Amino acid sequence: MSTIRRLIPLLLVVAGLLALVRVVAGPARSTSRTPHKLDSRFATTSATARIDSWLHDRWKDEGLTPAAAATDLAILRRLSLALHGTVPSLEELRDFQSDTRPQRIERWTQRLLSDSRYATYVAERLGRVLVGVDEGPFLAFRSDRFHAWLADELAADRPWDRIVVSLVAARGLPTDRPATNFITVAQIDDDVDEEQLAGRSIRAFLGQRIDCAQCHDHFFDPRWKQAHFQGLAAFYAPARFTALGVDDDRDRIFEITDHETKTTREIDPGVPFGAEWLPENGSNRRRLAAWLTDPRNKRFDRAIVNRAWGLMFGRPFYAPVDDLPDPGDPATRLLDLLAEDFRDNGRRLKWLFQALAASQPFRLDSRLPTDMDGGTVEVTREDLERHELAWAVFPLVRLRPEQVIGAMLQAASVKTIDRHSHLATRARRFFGEQDFVQEYGDLGDEELVEQAGTIPQALLRMNGRLANELISAASGFTAPGAIADASDGDDRLCLATCFEVCVGRMPEAEESAVFLEWLKGTSGQKRYRAVEDIFWSLFNSPEFSWNH
Amino acid sequence: MPRTPDVPVANTGDWNSSGHNGSRRTWLATCGQALGLGLSLPALPLLAGPDRKKRGASRPTSLITLFLAGGPSQLETWDPHPGTAIGGPTRSVKTTVPGVSIADGYPQVAEILNELTVIRSMISREGDHQRGVYLVKTGYRPDRTLTHPSVGAILAKERWDKTIEIPQHVSLGGGPQPARGGFLGAQYDAYKIYNPGGRLRNIAKRVSDKRQSRRLAGLEVVARTFRRGRAAATRGTQHQLMIERALSMMTSDQLKAFQLDLDDESQSTIDMYGDSNFGRGCLVARRLVQSGVRAIEVTLPGWDTHADNFEGHKTQSQILDPALFALVTDLKQHDLLDSTIVLVLGEFGRTPSINPLDGRDHWPQGFSCLVGGGGLASGRVIGATDPTGAKRKPTAPVEIADLFATILARLGVEHDREVITPIGRPIAYCEGQPLPALLGS
Repeated sequence: MSTIRRLIPLLLVVAGLLALVRVVAGPARSTSRTPHKLDSRFATTSATARIDSWLHDRWKDEGLTPAAAATDLAILRRLSLALHGTVPSLEELRDFQSDTRPQRIERWTQRLLSDSRYATYVAERLGRVLVGVDEGPFLAFRSDRFHAWLADELAADRPWDRIVVSLVAARGLPTDRPATNFITVAQIDDDVDEEQLAGRSIRAFLGQRIDCAQCHDHFFDPRWKQAHFQGLAAFYAPARFTALGVDDDRDRIFEITDHETKTTREIDPGVPFGAEWLPENGSNRRRLAAWLTDPRNKRFDRAIVNRAWGLMFGRPFYAPVDDLPDPGDPATRLLDLLAEDFRDNGRRLKWLFQALAASQPFRLDSRLPTDMDGGTVEVTREDLERHELAWAVFPLVRLRPEQVIGAMLQAASVKTIDRHSHLATRARRFFGEQDFVQEYGDLGDEELVEQAGTIPQALLRMNGRLANELISAASGFTAPGAIADASDGDDRLCLATCFEVCVGRMPEAEESAVFLEWLKGTSGQKRYRAVEDIFWSLFNSPEFSWNH
Repeated sequence: MPRTPDVPVANTGDWNSSGHNGSRRTWLATCGQALGLGLSLPALPLLAGPDRKKRGASRPTSLITLFLAGGPSQLETWDPHPGTAIGGPTRSVKTTVPGVSIADGYPQVAEILNELTVIRSMISREGDHQRGVYLVKTGYRPDRTLTHPSVGAILAKERWDKTIEIPQHVSLGGGPQPARGGFLGAQYDAYKIYNPGGRLRNIAKRVSDKRQSRRLAGLEVVARTFRRGRAAATRGTQHQLMIERALSMMTSDQLKAFQLDLDDESQSTIDMYGDSNFGRGCLVARRLVQSGVRAIEVTLPGWDTHADNFEGHKTQSQILDPALFALVTDLKQHDLLDSTIVLVLGEFGRTPSINPLDGRDHWPQGFSCLVGGGGLASGRVIGATDPTGAKRKPTAPVEIADLFATILARLGVEHDREVITPIGRPIAYCEGQPLPALLGS
């Protein structure tokens, strides 16, 4: 890290030149305009209706009353956190508020999906599943190349099965063909760890956990036998590393040494089910990729639908994401239905996110009616769980460290922070984010696993250097300063803006009563301090660091 | 080193080695009452609490792990073979255990070796740093479907003490892969201190008391709005609880255990540990044990000597020798050794053969560790390696899991207790078997 820090000035110059080239070459800010009407590629009506009607039936069966509809601002915040990893900027909020055309949320979902922040952020999230965050042979530089490649694929909305084939069957130099990093993370000298690749492929692409079968037949799940695991691992056996990068040596065979008898056996490639989908010809890895992505392999589409649901709601439809029941199981019936729609619509992720964003559960409030204003009946934990399990209320989920710092950085800036931003802003985002995420507790490749908060996190938010710099009004570069200056004399406007940028809503009466008192009659430094304290209170609220 | 302004500076005297146990504290409390100040004193450190009367092994037990990151050479530490083809230039030094010698870089450790047991036959199945560290911190090989808790996290969970306001699982000195709570939850992750004895990160509030109160009042009103309609869900987040715990930690008297600038340690004690980050970490570890913290790791990185092994290990010994000597001696002087297990190990050892760069490479079989205190057997040697280096396997091999089973058993934790992981799979805290030789039988 310290070496990198010493290189910062140089990196900034290089990044600056690149940014200049990009801005000049590319159409400036074309990505951040909201379309006037919905692109036909995003016609998700049937899939959305399917989700809604399936859940309606479930609510009826279970006698549940779903939460009321959430406000559009709350939905925009969810969308922004799910697809960009940050809250909407003040610029975007103002734009959103002045947009009065029909299908506002649908069109804004499309806008968010066209923004480069979508590709970058979702590539980062999916990358954790595909290549993990381990160090070792997977150098930081190659990791960057891999994520840039994946982001390009996502921006172009390349079909998910094509992306997976590129990964599993990748050949060439990791620098030239970044997809090969899927293979190189399992590199051991000039060979690969076939078992690691087999386990990861099945978890990431089929949502099944068969790793236990690496050493023995699965204890708790009779579906998976050790022979299945070994057969899958054997597909990766020919992969090797040469001066020309990753390629295949057909003569390499997967061998297993029995611990007891010390004898060695050769294992032939084989699949645990759907043998008829496996092509007879082609390299082993190509054959495996074809089998994984075969349109009849329902597990393939279900797995990514479930992950996409997890990215949108903060909680997958079925957890854990890599231990799904068989297709046809009543618990995952909705995933089956959505998976078919996803496959029939070209396996495009943008379509999938759009369908989920348009669904009713995504637009429900995170509050339950019996528990609201004036209500004396508090919703019990059990009651809440029943509603949450049936998606009759939007779940409260802790934001990931990247989302918390992304939200802090964005809230403290009036302008949208994206690839068009000023270099210093982006550099601060880059380095500030890295340090913060590390200290907040990087979740590594534990994707979509829920955790409660921790004390070091609370300390970092309350007393951390970066959080403190971001709320400092005196620096003149941050939103708190700009808000204090611009609203001089209009306390209500000042307070409303603080709330909008931090939590995307207007203050309630009780809140106004407290905070307006702080602002009353202030100017200059005193006003700065009041705005800083309002920001601090908001940054540290559960509302800020939980998705709702 | 500047004093953290928000930490009360009144010295309770309890861990003052001069022995005025609690007298100043009593005085403070009495004055407080007399003045009508309602002076509320935070929870007392162990030695002044109800356990005050307890002595030696009857005290609650703690674990201090000195983690030697990078893989120390057994031949240059606790298992030298001088004068053989594999021994290199390392000489040996006699110890307080008759007939047992260790590498000559450790003359001070040699003096206290009778308080510890040397295991010379540790075996691991992981020869890669990252995987090796995982194994020697958790007792399990890495598994991509779940993260196992470190032994310290298990101890922190099983021995959680509500009266303690500071973290109960602490990692001092940085280093790779600090101990984690794994499937037990992030609240059992080790609290990381990179600069032992220095200022704690993010512990001091940024504004005056008056503004801090205002900020907290503002937070409360915003949180109240959020709770409306989400009471049960918000409680489930523990957000408020974590803020409260963080706030009580920020003002806790127990934070003094982390500080070495309070003039409550004699200069000779401080000097004894050596002038190093690691030495200070060891001293802070002792202070934490006194405050009731049960699981502490102190990391000394720099053992990965693929080149220039002998010079590298000489440098390391100059840090480790005084620090380990001081820790054992100091714990003993404070009557804490019988209730504190001290474990010294790295992720693996180094090859008997010496490579062309005068280095030694990774060697996960037949490496050494030291363990003792906490009522474990002392003055023993378990296992042996082949002085010619021809035989890979040591005699009486010890798996990491067996070592941890022993430690957990000694600490009173059911080592084979099965817990249900978040994925619904039952898994034992530890799959090893306690070592009778180490339990003293």
